[in-house]
Amino acid sequence: MSSGQPPLDSPEIQRLTPVLEAGHTYGSVTDKISAIVLTRPTSLGWFIGFGIAFSLTGLMTIAIGWLIIRGVGIWGINIPIGWGFAIVNFVWWIGIGHAGTLISAILFLLNQKWRTSINRFAEAMTLFAVACAGIFPLIHTGRPWMAYYMIPYPSTMGIWPQFRSPLIWDVFAVSTYGTVSLLFWFVGLIPDLATLRDRAVKRPAKIIYGIIAMGWRGSARHWDRYQSAYLLLAGLATPLVLSVHTVVSFDFAIAIVPGWHTTIFPPYFVAGAIYSGFAMVLTIAIPLRKVYGLEDFITMRHLDNMAKVMLATGLIVAYGYFIEFFMALYSGNKFDVFLVNQRLHGPYAPFYYALIVCNILTPQLLWSFKMRQNVVVLFIMSIVVNMGMWLERFVIVVISLTRDFVPSAWGRYSPTFWDWATFIGTIGMFIMLIFLFVRVLPAISIAEMRELVSETSEANK
Amino acid sequence: MILHRSNVYGVLGEFETPEELIHAAKAVHAAGYRRVDAYTPFPVEGLSEALGLRHTFVPALTLLGGLLGGLGGFFFQYWASAVAYPINVGGRPLNSWPAFIPVTFELTVLAASLFSVFGMLALNKLPQPHHPVFNVDRFLHASSDRFFLCIEARDPKFHLQETARLLHSLHAHYVNEVADD
Repeated sequence: MSSGQPPLDSPEIQRLTPVLEAGHTYGSVTDKISAIVLTRPTSLGWFIGFGIAFSLTGLMTIAIGWLIIRGVGIWGINIPIGWGFAIVNFVWWIGIGHAGTLISAILFLLNQKWRTSINRFAEAMTLFAVACAGIFPLIHTGRPWMAYYMIPYPSTMGIWPQFRSPLIWDVFAVSTYGTVSLLFWFVGLIPDLATLRDRAVKRPAKIIYGIIAMGWRGSARHWDRYQSAYLLLAGLATPLVLSVHTVVSFDFAIAIVPGWHTTIFPPYFVAGAIYSGFAMVLTIAIPLRKVYGLEDFITMRHLDNMAKVMLATGLIVAYGYFIEFFMALYSGNKFDVFLVNQRLHGPYAPFYYALIVCNILTPQLLWSFKMRQNVVVLFIMSIVVNMGMWLERFVIVVISLTRDFVPSAWGRYSPTFWDWATFIGTIGMFIMLIFLFVRVLPAISIAEMRELVSETSEANK
Repeated sequence: MILHRSNVYGVLGEFETPEELIHAAKAVHAAGYRRVDAYTPFPVEGLSEALGLRHTFVPALTLLGGLLGGLGGFFFQYWASAVAYPINVGGRPLNSWPAFIPVTFELTVLAASLFSVFGMLALNKLPQPHHPVFNVDRFLHASSDRFFLCIEARDPKFHLQETARLLHSLHAHYVNEVADD
């Protein structure tokens, strides 16, 4: 038993347990969640936050515009380091985009009730993260207007994409993931859009929500098919979410570059993706519940469970780091051993140590019950883990490419202003989309919360 | 007394809890009504059984989509890589099927998901902007906190007063006539 754990009948534990605070009715959850969108005045804070994020999105637009004018030479990439920030950021974003569908699909199939109040915005976050991720490989091609070459279409040249290439697998994996995540999110939204349509006061809102709700009326026949489709989507999305980062890891693992060519990559990438995804869900959930007073719905139980998932996946990631080292030393392959040496003592060693501190050492605090109950600690930790996961991708991409097989192919990499502008710009776009989402759509699934009210009231009888 | 009025869609009873609704649905079914639908703010367990609904075709459509996506995806890759645009890489086989699996998998999931969602919408006949039940003012609560049971006029047993009385006897809080327009 861990030292900080109070006895089970203590008020702390009792306060922790519910996934929905007591005393809520169908009407009260509907009122509270829909009011955020429909009646609550838009605060000054929202405009300031949105304004900053919007400006950063503008920066991204400028950076991409300049890139299209001048080409990828404005970045720090060179030969031999052809991948640089674009791929680091792509892998980072797509990893973050794993938590939403994991929460929606896998926790749904496992019948985890606590997913209900966090799945909606986690799914939205997934979509926005995938949108940010998609930008990078596209602009990294150098000629983004030729990107359609990767799509199989009957061209007059009679050529077809190379289906044996992991880069083409990536195109299919990421676009399928984006599409299925969008479908999943939209199907979940339909009943809530009907609620907003029925409760909207202003005419434009009634019309817009009315159009998107498609005339949903909650008929029992419709719910039957709806539930069937939702369950099937969850079943389909479960292997999908595990496949996406597996395919992304193939981009590396199929190459023979030291540090990339390893069989641990698929599971270790998937665990890392879930790790960073849950960190990002916490980063968003903590301010969201505070600002909109949603502590009754996103309870300490949710934060506690997410912290535990982070701890578990963090340990899998730590195991991955260990196996990378072990396999290099055990195989005795001199290039792999040299790469390990470079990670510990090379020019990018500080990044590696920072990565260990962020991803392995700091999260060990989550073993403590007291730390998991401290919202400030969880928030800081979630940001630390996100930084750690970004450093992990930097270490994988850059150290391996700078220390290839022969010294004549060694190089150095440092990002330029435009690398940073694009990266920070996508963070701005992500935050901007989150702000818009919270303002115009219910951040928590109202229909599922009503189901939860029904179930908890039955349980109390 | 008018027994069948063409401008009546049905009679709508309002209930406060899912339990009351299920009870009423069972009673209405037992009374011989078959053209009955319920409207709820969230999926209510046991309601389809109470209404005597048959299983849905969504799983079959999803399977069809998955098969089309998987087989179509695989054979398309085979055709593109081995027939239409064969590239000999050091004598390696043109039909390198293990390399086609990731894309085959993705296309299976993609097609199955699309069939599932659009199949569900099509079977539900959505989008359908207007429906007679929306004519009842209190129906706004169907998307938040009330549970409705509608006995439709096309049911052979339908009789405006009798049917309304049945719903009243099942403790419906409000019973409304639904105009058909």
